Amino acid sequence: MLDASMATLLSVDNVNQTYATGSGESRKLVLDNVSMSLKTGEIVALLGRSGSGKSTLLRIIAGLNRPSSGKVAISGRPVEGPAEEVAMVFQSFALFPWLNVLDNVEIGPRANGVALEETRQRALKAIDIIGLDGFESAYPKELSGGMRQRVGFARALVMQPKILLMDEPFSALDVLTAETLRTDLLDLWQEGRIPIKSILMVTHNIEEAVLMADRILVLSSNPGRIASEIPNTLPHPRDRLDPPFRAMVDSIYALMTQRAETARVAPREAGAAGLALTLPDISTNSLAGMLEEIAAPPYNGKADLPHLADSLGFEIDDLFPLGETLQILKLADFEEADIKLTPLGQRFVDMDVDQRKKVIGEQALANVPLAAHIKRVLDERPSHRAPASRFREELEDYMSEDYADRTLRTIINLGRYGELFAYDEAAQTFSYENPQ
Amino acid sequence: MSINIASVGRRVLPNQWDLIAFAAIMAVLTAIAQSYHGIAAPLPAPKEDVISLGYGNLPYYALRTALRMFAALFFSLVFTFTYATLAAKSRRWEMVLIPVLDILQSVPILGFLSFTVTFFLGLFPGNTLGAELAAIFAIFTSQAWNMAFSFYQSLRTVPADLDEVSRGLRLSGWQKFWQLEAPFAMPGLIWNTMMSMSGGWFFVVASEAITVGDTTITLPGVGSYIAKANDAGDWSAIGAAILTMAVVILLYDQLLFRPIVAWADKFRVELSASQETSSSWVLNILQRTHWVRMAFQPVFAGLRSLSLAPIRIPRLLPESKRRDQPPSRILDALWVLVVIAVAVYAGWLTVQFIASGGIGWDEVGRVFVLTFYTLVRVFLLIVLASLIWVPIAVWIGLRPKWAERVQPVAQFLAAFPVNLLFGATVSLILFFNLNPNIWLSFLIIFGTQWYIVFNVIGGAAAFPNDLVEAAKNFRIRGWRWWVKVILPGVAPYYLTGAITASGGSWNASIVAELVRWKDHTVVAQGVGSYIAEATDKGDFPKIVLGVAMMSLFVTLFNRLFWRQLYSYAERRLRL
Repeated sequence: MLDASMATLLSVDNVNQTYATGSGESRKLVLDNVSMSLKTGEIVALLGRSGSGKSTLLRIIAGLNRPSSGKVAISGRPVEGPAEEVAMVFQSFALFPWLNVLDNVEIGPRANGVALEETRQRALKAIDIIGLDGFESAYPKELSGGMRQRVGFARALVMQPKILLMDEPFSALDVLTAETLRTDLLDLWQEGRIPIKSILMVTHNIEEAVLMADRILVLSSNPGRIASEIPNTLPHPRDRLDPPFRAMVDSIYALMTQRAETARVAPREAGAAGLALTLPDISTNSLAGMLEEIAAPPYNGKADLPHLADSLGFEIDDLFPLGETLQILKLADFEEADIKLTPLGQRFVDMDVDQRKKVIGEQALANVPLAAHIKRVLDERPSHRAPASRFREELEDYMSEDYADRTLRTIINLGRYGELFAYDEAAQTFSYENPQ
Repeated sequence: MSINIASVGRRVLPNQWDLIAFAAIMAVLTAIAQSYHGIAAPLPAPKEDVISLGYGNLPYYALRTALRMFAALFFSLVFTFTYATLAAKSRRWEMVLIPVLDILQSVPILGFLSFTVTFFLGLFPGNTLGAELAAIFAIFTSQAWNMAFSFYQSLRTVPADLDEVSRGLRLSGWQKFWQLEAPFAMPGLIWNTMMSMSGGWFFVVASEAITVGDTTITLPGVGSYIAKANDAGDWSAIGAAILTMAVVILLYDQLLFRPIVAWADKFRVELSASQETSSSWVLNILQRTHWVRMAFQPVFAGLRSLSLAPIRIPRLLPESKRRDQPPSRILDALWVLVVIAVAVYAGWLTVQFIASGGIGWDEVGRVFVLTFYTLVRVFLLIVLASLIWVPIAVWIGLRPKWAERVQPVAQFLAAFPVNLLFGATVSLILFFNLNPNIWLSFLIIFGTQWYIVFNVIGGAAAFPNDLVEAAKNFRIRGWRWWVKVILPGVAPYYLTGAITASGGSWNASIVAELVRWKDHTVVAQGVGSYIAEATDKGDFPKIVLGVAMMSLFVTLFNRLFWRQLYSYAERRLRL
């Protein structure tokens, strides 16, 4: 993977990123020994779920963050801070609301001492290329999302970077707008109209990666590692309905569900009593809705994930957490790129509310170690009350504060729904008491 | 700052808006030149009458008072941009500056007027400039703290993505400050400035005419005019002063703040066009002129170039170079030690000073009791004002047509200096032979109750209509409606108003617990009248004791009562 040929524009060598945990003593890994490179003329996608550290990696390459260890070099020169050779496009557009389009585009060159006339010339050209003619004096507030992101692109292009970094640039846009922007960018790239040598994009959208990238690096989560590298030689323009395109999407789904499973099992052995199991933010309603969707025709108990994602309008960050939670609760299972209901999951669909609550409660108790742990502590204590802070601290030994919060929130949700225990938000305590 | 270059210069001929704007600008320039002569004049001999109650002088006095406000505003901005920036940029300074600011907010600066007057007179002996600066400083203290706080908080909450963009585009600290941080902080800063301005009118009126021991300072201005009218018991002069204040406050609002607020709309970081946009006829005029815009074009372009100039400001204190490297603990400890040493030394000096006035523990005890009286007074009056105004304000707030009209009036009343009511209050107390300990108290709340009114109106107006309809649909009425529906809904807004009102009331007590009208003096027992009496006698140790005790009470009252309530409301009741 590490190819030190002449055309290597960017090289990332054994980069690790850690952060301090709650107590400040131990340090947790976000990126684990990541190495990659970027060559002239290619588009590379970093594909991963939230928590895979893909955005962190992009920021390290951009010089916005420093890695805890490891090296990043652009054209052979180590990156010490924001480098001249890169420019970034943001998911949230990140435009200055008080500057109009022209000023937003011009701010970069002007701040870096480019002469006024040259700045103007470059800005007008970038605006022209990106299709923003006529919007020069508009303020970001007046623009639609698609037009705002075009400003984001123009602002990056005007810096004349060698490498364009994109952090989920289309994920805040609606489906149609995103597709237009993607194809416009690909057209510009293929016609050589933008003077950029290569593009590195972060995405959690599998189809987007297959549509745009020449090479896809799949990152695993917790900690982030490069799990696999998939070259994509499909000819442009790529057609989403083309069988080879579908096959590649399917194989990436399969790859990611497999990894989701191993990632889930591994820490369970590592963490004492399985407390290292992180739970995503999930509502019980969406769990039930998902089961019903899979049970109903056309899926009849077994759904193809890309198909399911498409019909529900879901991204993988919506789909995988739901699927995994169902898997943890033993209501569904992944099979390659499919999700399949278990017999219990099949029965769940026909149950009434009280039965469903009972099943969720039982399954959580049997399969989520944290739920069993909370119940045990409540049983042991004479007062049958326990502060949430106690469990939060235990969780923080295994995960970051955010993850601990999220896991606790989900277990409270499951516990309340399954009537395992009550939770008082004001006092932040678990108990068995519900208002009579 | 960034009037669009492309649209300027299409038409070169002046239009009617240019004419109006030109006249206005000339008038302002003339006025400033006129009053400059007065500012640098030599100090008049003691007891010489500088103030005349003739109505013809009022416009000139009003101008002088307004200019004082303006000067104070300027210094407040300078303070805000330096102090708050330093606190936000340097972790070690932050450890000191923010708590200091927090205390300064609670100190009734009006009590220190005697010190500042003496200090500034000493700087410019025999010249009115010293007295001018003392008055300006008093107004400054009523504005600067919460402006600095707002600015500091904005600097700490700059959106992460905009920060990353600025770093990615390699903006220097100077460029980032003017391109990102200052614009982002603008709406909050302007709102806070406008709010502090209300308090400022009260301070300017109180600080224009002041007697410290043998020295009597009288600066030409509306405040001195009111003081003289109070001494003379001249009802019609008071009426004229009320009218003048109304005009001045109105002009300040229409000519200065409305345009700025409307202009600052563009600094709001919300990407959807907001429904309520401010508008200002003055801004509209300015933006529609061609000559004026063209005249200012080079200025704007120059400012923009300056804000983008590659200036690099060296760090004041070396921060750890790497963001992820924990800062040195030894240096931290040393720094804390230095700060503590300075604080202890300052505290010791204060105690020394108080003790030098022959003040013993019994006097301290007496002041403690007096401060307690004032505390009870402030607290009961806030409760009373809330009982009266909250229902009325809710009623108004739920009717948008009314709210629209009443809210500016309440804001306007909040800016009204309470000194104007001394005559009426004293006359009533003397006529009915009332107990001043009770009846004088209403002066304390008079100016500050409006904060409760307009905040609750704002809260009720923002209360979601679907909740109002749901309550109607489920037939929730009467007592239950108040307790379960509307009061929790407006609670965060109410508390904002009540906290402001409480702070203002403490300051007002210094003026309003000891009131003169003609040759009558009416006194209410409290720390406010204690400080006022000590100021009259020029007894500095007693002033320090009184102010220190009051600051202590205010700080504790804020921390233990208001903040607890506020954080509860923020956590549980914010919709």
